[in-house]
Amino acid sequence: MFHQFQEDDFFMEDNIKIEILTKEINALELEQFVANPACGGIVTFTGTVRNSTKDKKVLRLDFEAYEPMAIKELKKIAETVFEKWAVRKIAIQHRVGSLEIGEIAVVIAVSCPHRKDAFAACEYTIDTLKQTVPIWKKEIFEDGEVWVSAHP
Amino acid sequence: MNIEIVAFGIAKDIIDGKMLNISISDSASIGDLKKHLLEQFPAFKDLVSLSFAVDEEYQKDEYLLKENQTVVIVPPVSGG
Repeated sequence: MFHQFQEDDFFMEDNIKIEILTKEINALELEQFVANPACGGIVTFTGTVRNSTKDKKVLRLDFEAYEPMAIKELKKIAETVFEKWAVRKIAIQHRVGSLEIGEIAVVIAVSCPHRKDAFAACEYTIDTLKQTVPIWKKEIFEDGEVWVSAHP
Repeated sequence: MNIEIVAFGIAKDIIDGKMLNISISDSASIGDLKKHLLEQFPAFKDLVSLSFAVDEEYQKDEYLLKENQTVVIVPPVSGG
């Protein structure tokens, strides 16, 4: 059976889970989703809020997303991952809103029969997410704020 | 014709709002709209890139716009 339903900020199939969240991300929950008896390797990438950028103190990050398009673009990445590597399941969650230092901004979990595919698929997913998915972050400093990567 | 613009990220700061209505020639493409926006808001020229989306998909410069269509300005993304 193939269950599929799509809302503004959520996409779920038997083997793909994609979500844009305003609440805390639970990496363990994503690892449990991708866990599979056919898989010997799960690779999870967790992106957290760093306390500095170019030696400047960061107070917090504000994330925003064009959510329906972000879900679509993440789904394209997931589909590419299934074509390129022997991936059984993938889960991606990205948080939006105001995040404090150390909080989790993104988690990607990938399960594969063998670890090399899982590492490669997970790295491809975060690299491509940063290039194509319409999500933006603003760094908040003590003396101002900057939209990340907007200017050369 | 009228085109509705929706902005995210730094584009909101540049157009000073979330939405904007633009009047543009009837046969305008995304490329024409881009030219129009760069003239009206020169700060867009300073960005690393400037992309546009219609119906939740990236669209190329050649994409022809229709009356009252909604176009989303996609400034350089920085998720993750």
